Amino acid sequence: MENSMTVSSPEAGTSPAVAIRGVNKIFNQGKPNQVDALVDIDLDVQPGEFISLIGPSGCGKSTLLRLVADLLEPTSGSVTIHGKSAHQARVDQDYGMAFQQSGLFEWRTVERNIELPLELKGWDKAARRQRSQEMLELVKLPEFAKHMPWQLSGGMQQRIAIARALASHPKLLLMDEPFGALDEMTREHMQAELLRICAAAGTTVVFVTHSIPEAVYLADRVVVMSPRPGRITEIVSVALGRDRSELTREATDFFARVTEVREALRGIEMADHAKGIDDR
Amino acid sequence: MTDAERQRRRTRIRRASMFAVAFVLVAVSWELYKAVGPEKGGTIFGTRILARTDDRAMPHIWDMFSRFSESEVRGGEDSVFVVVLRAAWYSFRCALAAFVAGSLLGIGLAVLMARFRFFERALMPYLVISQTVPIIVLAPLIFSLMAYNSRELASKTWLAAVLLGVFLAFFPVAMGTLRGLQTTPSAPLELMDSYAAGWWKTLWKLRFPNAVPFLAPALRLAGAAAVVGVTVSEISLGVRYGVGRLILSYGQEATSDPPKLYTAVFGAAALGLVMAAVVVGIDRLLMRNRPPEAV
Repeated sequence: MENSMTVSSPEAGTSPAVAIRGVNKIFNQGKPNQVDALVDIDLDVQPGEFISLIGPSGCGKSTLLRLVADLLEPTSGSVTIHGKSAHQARVDQDYGMAFQQSGLFEWRTVERNIELPLELKGWDKAARRQRSQEMLELVKLPEFAKHMPWQLSGGMQQRIAIARALASHPKLLLMDEPFGALDEMTREHMQAELLRICAAAGTTVVFVTHSIPEAVYLADRVVVMSPRPGRITEIVSVALGRDRSELTREATDFFARVTEVREALRGIEMADHAKGIDDR
Repeated sequence: MTDAERQRRRTRIRRASMFAVAFVLVAVSWELYKAVGPEKGGTIFGTRILARTDDRAMPHIWDMFSRFSESEVRGGEDSVFVVVLRAAWYSFRCALAAFVAGSLLGIGLAVLMARFRFFERALMPYLVISQTVPIIVLAPLIFSLMAYNSRELASKTWLAAVLLGVFLAFFPVAMGTLRGLQTTPSAPLELMDSYAAGWWKTLWKLRFPNAVPFLAPALRLAGAAAVVGVTVSEISLGVRYGVGRLILSYGQEATSDPPKLYTAVFGAAALGLVMAAVVVGIDRLLMRNRPPEAV
């Protein structure tokens, strides 16, 4: 059944984790409030790769993430995940997702929050419980299984949300500014934790952020996007290696990449002014 | 015991004592006015302003309470207390049935309206209008329809009273639940979407639990509405055994036996209090494990 639905490409073994081909997204097409959210997007994400999407607000980075997640449908073009259509990938729960708001269910204990995706997949209780324990170990909060989410700090809640996103061991993790609401110290700590967790599991990550240092610190490649209409203007390879620590944040190479991304973003701003577009 | 628990306990004791103090205050001012007020009532500039204070209009508090222990009718076996208690218990069961059925109906309607916009648009105006019809008018109408359709139902005035309790109780529950279902935040909704969870799964796992904090206060209103609906219909229909009927018939004896009416009124008040306690219990149960600021 599953095979008939999967479009297997000739190079299935080496197919990209995410393949975005010629994607356009137009909201309210044909109406006065039409918005060209994304134009001609092409992007391949390799298995195990960490991609940051960065750009000013309104550049469509969250929209692009939602297209990959099949929470939105592209107006034209295609999105495939490990060779499957994005829709099929969603139905099969091939990816995990985390948002800026942790989105934890306040009426469920921490462990039952983590078990939610497994519950929907029809796992039995014992298997769910075992997996949620493992996930709690992974995010280093094993003693909080029976707590209610609102009894935890914002950073801990976000870690639980990540544990939930990873509970079914997806190969792909989609994150929309997951650390946006955290203070700087917690944020840096969470970034390091995320790298550790994803490296351990070999997870591919697409990470939306508007913080330049965050994008650079986390990513193998930073995808810089521009607004009106949303398009990819530059892809910066970070090449800081896989072993990143607090020292990485102080390395010359790190600053060089941060500058590169910053200049790419500034280029967008300059272009905007040249076009005489008023942002405010 | 933690500090927070001690604090909570202290507030609870304070609230309970305030309740008692308020009751005593009402009783004291009643007796005070009776003592100093004009027996035949008072007129100021030709307008009757001060109520009569004679024993017929304002019996002594202690007379009301002592009336409980006397027999209901001269030479009767049962004391007023037993009769009122029996009637209140009878009405309570009707009100509880109305509360449960009304709540289920309200939740069902809310789910339908949340699921199909069509239902919301079609039903909502009628639901709002339905609440503007006075039940004292509706009660005889419903009952005569019931009686006309089935001879069996003609003897079941209580059923008409329950139906009218349902009629009042479902409304706040439907509104509260609908609001709760519709105000589910987008992040968890997208999350459920990302799991490819269908509408009913999302309802059960997310929307419905999300609606619970809206449901809890709606249930309080529904509990009160059920009591009002049942007792008022009892008065309107003269439901035998009910506390509403008791108020009606004791009211007719008010000239000769003024305190008696008040015993039935206390009975009705007790019925309302017990219903309130039931609803608070449900509230506690529903809101356990919720963040303290939401409770």
